[in-house]
Amino acid sequence: MKPGQFTYHAPRSADEAVAMLAALSPQEGRVIAGGQSLVPAMALRLAMPAHLVDISGVAELARLAVEGDELVIGAAVTHSRFETSAVAGPLGRLLAGVARHIGHYPIRTRGTFCGSIANADPASEWCVVAACLGATMVARSARGTRRVAAADFFQGMLATALASDELLIEVRLPRLAAAARWGFYEFSRRPGDFAVAMALATYQLADGVIAAPRIAVGGVEDRPRRIAAAEAAIVGASPSAALLQAAADAAARAVAPIDEKAETVNYKRDVTRAAVRRALAAAAIAEDQRA
Amino acid sequence: MSGEIDINLNVNGRNHAVRVEPRRTLVDTLREQCGLTGTNAGCEHGVCGACTVLLDGEPVRACLMFAVQAQGRRLRTIEGLAEGDKLHPLQQAFIDHHGLQCGFCTPGFLMLAAGVLERRPDINDDDLREVLSSNLCRCTGYKNILKAVRAAADQMRGAKT
Repeated sequence: MKPGQFTYHAPRSADEAVAMLAALSPQEGRVIAGGQSLVPAMALRLAMPAHLVDISGVAELARLAVEGDELVIGAAVTHSRFETSAVAGPLGRLLAGVARHIGHYPIRTRGTFCGSIANADPASEWCVVAACLGATMVARSARGTRRVAAADFFQGMLATALASDELLIEVRLPRLAAAARWGFYEFSRRPGDFAVAMALATYQLADGVIAAPRIAVGGVEDRPRRIAAAEAAIVGASPSAALLQAAADAAARAVAPIDEKAETVNYKRDVTRAAVRRALAAAAIAEDQRA
Repeated sequence: MSGEIDINLNVNGRNHAVRVEPRRTLVDTLREQCGLTGTNAGCEHGVCGACTVLLDGEPVRACLMFAVQAQGRRLRTIEGLAEGDKLHPLQQAFIDHHGLQCGFCTPGFLMLAAGVLERRPDINDDDLREVLSSNLCRCTGYKNILKAVRAAADQMRGAKT
């Protein structure tokens, strides 16, 4: 349980970090932010980087700010920063509601939002949030800066669109409308464990009918994604128990669960159904009427 | 450098000049270089919480960070909890409420609880239970640990007013 040897680098700025990655990524160099997934992998010798570029001390990357209609989350922003509302309105409350499902408190004080996105674990809560809300990932390398949409970013289990010399410098989340409804539900065997399945749903009510629904599922397939069939089942209709059940059934049919854990595919479908139904049921209760 | 490097760690207000490889975890460094063996190394991959210490006042797993990353930060370990011979209210409460049997997880629980109660002296029961689920205890069970932390929280609040 001892990590392998590596050379440690502590850049002072984002530019310096990117320059280091350009030089070191061909030599098995990689970024460490909070290290709450990477260090266990190193302890188990599943990861043996030759160089670590530690961005946790880069002050400019700890920025968490609203720019226009987006919340901009810097690469060194920890999970715990979201536990109290990071931004006014439903988005801040959504992020606070989701954050407490991530690992445990001493993990959240170190682990980072962008680190979770770049790690792309299928059971990552933030990856579901990014997929659901349509986040924009900003990747910077010595070659330049580019933006990648969530739908193109997640490419499989622990696989993303990031090149090895790119730093995920920030993630931009669109703010939700003031009247947006949201609900999140996660099932895991014990609090803090990896999710068996989770769902995040947002929509707006316009004249009593559902508009702009977004429903995403995580922990089930090799990457989180929006489930179009479930969204189609509720758009333009009035919320009712039967409607939510129809959307949940549609999601359960639409997913293709990975069967690499102990759970069977059918069990994963069942938990997906329950997660989507419960996320939608939570969204149906206006925030000011929740317990 | 993957060879050994010289670093300074501030632990319980005292400076420790130590020489470590970058791969040396904070918990191993505390125990073996600083001679502070109160922090226990349990699972060594972030699951059990036996190695919990405070980093700038916040509980962290000392097995999930490298000692080189703790330079310039304030560390607190179990050795820094009591004031001389006077036990911290949490330590006394763990004794009074039988919050430990074998004691292996105890330093981690004490630092976890200390970090949380200093930030949130009025933490509610549900949140406290959630926080205490961060660490594993496999012999005492959680009831007496929860009881002890609640009692210490009451006492610490009382001491302030």
